[in-house]
Parts: sequence; structure tokens; C-alpha cells
Amino acid sequence: MRIPPTLLHVAVLLAAGLAAALSVEAAEPQGKRHEHLIKLVRQECGSCHGLTLAGGLGPALLPENIAHKPLDSMVATVMNGRPGTAMPGWSRFISEDEAEWMVRSMMKGFPELNGARK
Amino acid sequence: MRRGILAAALAGAALLAGCATQPALRGTGDLGLVIERASGQVAVVSHTSRERLATVAGLGDLSHAHVTYSRDGRYGYVFGRDGGLTKVDLLRGRIERRIVQAGNSIGGSISQDGRLVVAQNYDPGGIKVFDAETLEQLAEVPAEYAPGQRSKVVGLADLPGQRFVYALFDAGEIWVTDLSDPRAPKTERYKAGRQPYDGLVTPDGRYFIAGLFGEDGLALLDLWHPERGVRKILAGYGRGEEPLPVYKMPHLRGWAVAGGRAYLPAIGRHEVLVVDTRDWQEVARIPVHSQPVFVMARPDGRQVWVNFAFPDNSTVQVIDTVENRVTDTLVPGRTILHMEFTPRGEAVWVSSRDDDKVVVYDTERREAVAELAAANPSGIFFTSRGVRIGF
Repeated sequence: MRIPPTLLHVAVLLAAGLAAALSVEAAEPQGKRHEHLIKLVRQECGSCHGLTLAGGLGPALLPENIAHKPLDSMVATVMNGRPGTAMPGWSRFISEDEAEWMVRSMMKGFPELNGARK
Repeated sequence: MRRGILAAALAGAALLAGCATQPALRGTGDLGLVIERASGQVAVVSHTSRERLATVAGLGDLSHAHVTYSRDGRYGYVFGRDGGLTKVDLLRGRIERRIVQAGNSIGGSISQDGRLVVAQNYDPGGIKVFDAETLEQLAEVPAEYAPGQRSKVVGLADLPGQRFVYALFDAGEIWVTDLSDPRAPKTERYKAGRQPYDGLVTPDGRYFIAGLFGEDGLALLDLWHPERGVRKILAGYGRGEEPLPVYKMPHLRGWAVAGGRAYLPAIGRHEVLVVDTRDWQEVARIPVHSQPVFVMARPDGRQVWVNFAFPDNSTVQVIDTVENRVTDTLVPGRTILHMEFTPRGEAVWVSSRDDDKVVVYDTERREAVAELAAANPSGIFFTSRGVRIGF
């Protein structure tokens, strides 16, 4: 039996769309790990980028500063650092998916530490 | 009727009690402030009685907060990351004055005569000069190193002669500003090296040393002979090896110098570098637990205490300065952010951010002798800083 070309086309598009939807967004970390990653960003990244991520010795990481930047290169910077600058790589502590979640979250406005604790 | 009499009696008693609890006269030489950055407040503490005397709230974003003191030790000028400059009265335990002077600030210092407070800022990059009494702004020196380009300022320290020295992270320069006429600053510029990250003045006010992130070495300026320019010391200490990642920048200050030697954190190496302050030659390098952040000599120079960058920041090590080796490895609590010696060094206070406490160590026995509760404590600043050059 021959599948009509238009139907095939639709099927391929659907499959591609589904794959994109599944693969693009790194899953949001859960539970204790979620808390840990928020603290890692606020406290450890914060020692150079500021607890509020408004910048310090390192640049500001608020949505208005980074929302327009390419996601891939931001994730690569988090994982591997940026030679010639003070930015170290953090791949010893987080997975690539977690780095991607961090960058996406920063672009939207990064979550606060538990309650009012900063 | 009876209720009225009772109320009057109670009010009278309260009034008497109020008089009776009037704080006794006291000096300020054994006081200090502990930054509680979780809640934007500071604790007023006594290092004699090892207790919190008061809590002062409403100081804004206190991440990376710094304190400089009036020479009478009564007022602490607290610099917040958000540009807040708050003058805290330690005796009354309250805010005397508060302004927001910049968008992103990193610390400050006080002039030789105690009349000027100077803030160092990342944004807008530069320094600002304030009347220590009123916090009125008297002058600004933008760190504009090229047309339209302003640098972040690091390592600000006071010098004799109403001068201040600081480094420009983005410009790789050291600037010296003379505030003899506070409304008309005069500034000299010196080439320093790549990415100075902090600086210190030796306790005699003669030498300024800037740590360099972008080079294996430190920049030394002899302020008695500034015409000779900056000289590199400990050049090539990395020996061409690949540097280890630095997850937190080290901090420098005059506490690094004792007994004719300076104890300095290496960048990207798990070492403390020891240099002779007479000829600035390397004396030793001491392997330590991780990337050093604060390397602080006990005031007599017999010990050096070191804390470390993430992820090894729950450990503190003690170096014996005769043997130049680590003698003690302590774990006072989780995430040790800062240490401060009492003026004569019998004790050191250590802040543990994630255990919400400050631990007091006897430095001779290297044993914890007291603990104070504090909410996410970071910096500890005793008023004895107020009588030292470079603090």
C-alpha cells in the first residue's frame, strides 16, 4: 500500500514537532536538587554576579541583560567557562540539562531563595 | 478605680525601670558589626563579652557588604552591594544616616583625618567622596580610563596625606587620588597589569599591592616613590601550569602582612605565597586545602588563618609561620565566609553562613570557645579597623 504524499508530509511534520517539544526544554529539576540549584546560582554565581544577579565583578544576568543572547553559547559558558575572563566552568557540579534550565530561568527571571531568605 | 491606680503604679514602675536600664557608659574599642545578609541587618557585638548587644535592620542588600569605622569607633559605615551607604551608631544600636549612592557598590574606606568616607563602585565605575559627619557628597572621580569607558573599582584603601589608592579591574591600572581639597580631587594613574581583582596597603601605608587575575604575579606600587611606577612581584608563580578554576575571587587587605612578610593567595593554585616585604622576593609557597579566599595573619604574625572558595568552603586552615606549613585543619561549620581577629589576636571570629552562626576560636589552642547565632552571617568587622591605615 502506498501512503499518499500529503499524509506522509503531515506525519513527518507532526513527528518533528513532537520531537522538538520533547527535546528543546531541559526538564525542570525537582525537589532538593531544585532548591540546591537555586542556592548555587544565588550564592555561588552570586559571589561574582551579585546575589540579585544585577552584576558584580561579573556581568549582570537579569532578563534584560541576557534574554536576547543565544541559549547554546550561554549554556556552553556555564559548563566550560570563558577563557580570558574570570568565568570558570561549572560542569563539575551540574549537568548540561541543569545548566540549560539555569540559563532559561535566568532569561525569564531567576527564582528567589526559599521565602525571603537571600 | 483600683484598676486606674494599678495602671498608674505600673506606668511609674516602667518609667523607673526605663531609667534603671539606661545603658552604662562604655567605650567602643571592643565592639564590632557582623553582617547578616539574609535579612539586610547587622549585629552589634562585643568581643569582650562575646555577645550580641543590638541588631540594626533596614540596610538593604548586604551581599558583599563592607564596613569602615570612624576613628572613635562609634560609627560603622556599611557599604551594601546595592549602593547603600549606612552610618550605624554602635553605641545606640541604630541607623544614624543612610543614603543610596550608586547602583552597584563594593566597599569603602575612611580618610587619614577621619573626615571623609570614600566609596568604591562598580556601577557607575569610580569612587565617590562623602562628608563622614553628614554623608553629603563632596566629589566623584569617575574611573573613566578611555573616552566613555568606565572601569569597576577594586581594592580601595586609604593612605597617609588624605589620599586613596585603588585599582581598575577593566583598565588594568592603579589610581591614587589626593583629597587634600575634597571638592577638587587630584588623581595619578599607573599601569598595573591584567585584571586587578583586589588590593591592599601595607600597615605602614607605603606599598600598595594589587592581585592580578589575568597574570601570574602581583602589582606593587611604592607610594614613597610612585615615580618608579608599578613593579611585578611573584611574577610567574604559576610556573606555566594550567590554572585551576577559581569559583570565588580572593580578598586582599593589610591583614596579610605581619612579621616582615606578606601572605598572599595564589590565583588558580591551591597555595599561599609568602613574600619578604623588604626585597619582595618569594620566601615560600605553602600548599593548602583549596583556592584560598582570605589569608589573614594573626596580628602578631605567628599564625596565618586561611578560608577557601566553593566547593571547599567549610574548611579553615592554620599556618605556622615559622615552619611555613599547615598545622591545623578545622571545620567550624558550613560555608565559612569570613574571619576577624580580635585586636591582639587571642581569638578569631569565624562566620558560617549555612549554619547561621559565628564561631569564636581561641587561636593558641585552636579550639572553639563560643558561638553566637546569626542569620546567614558574612563579614565580621571590629572597630579596631578604625585606627589602622588601609582599612
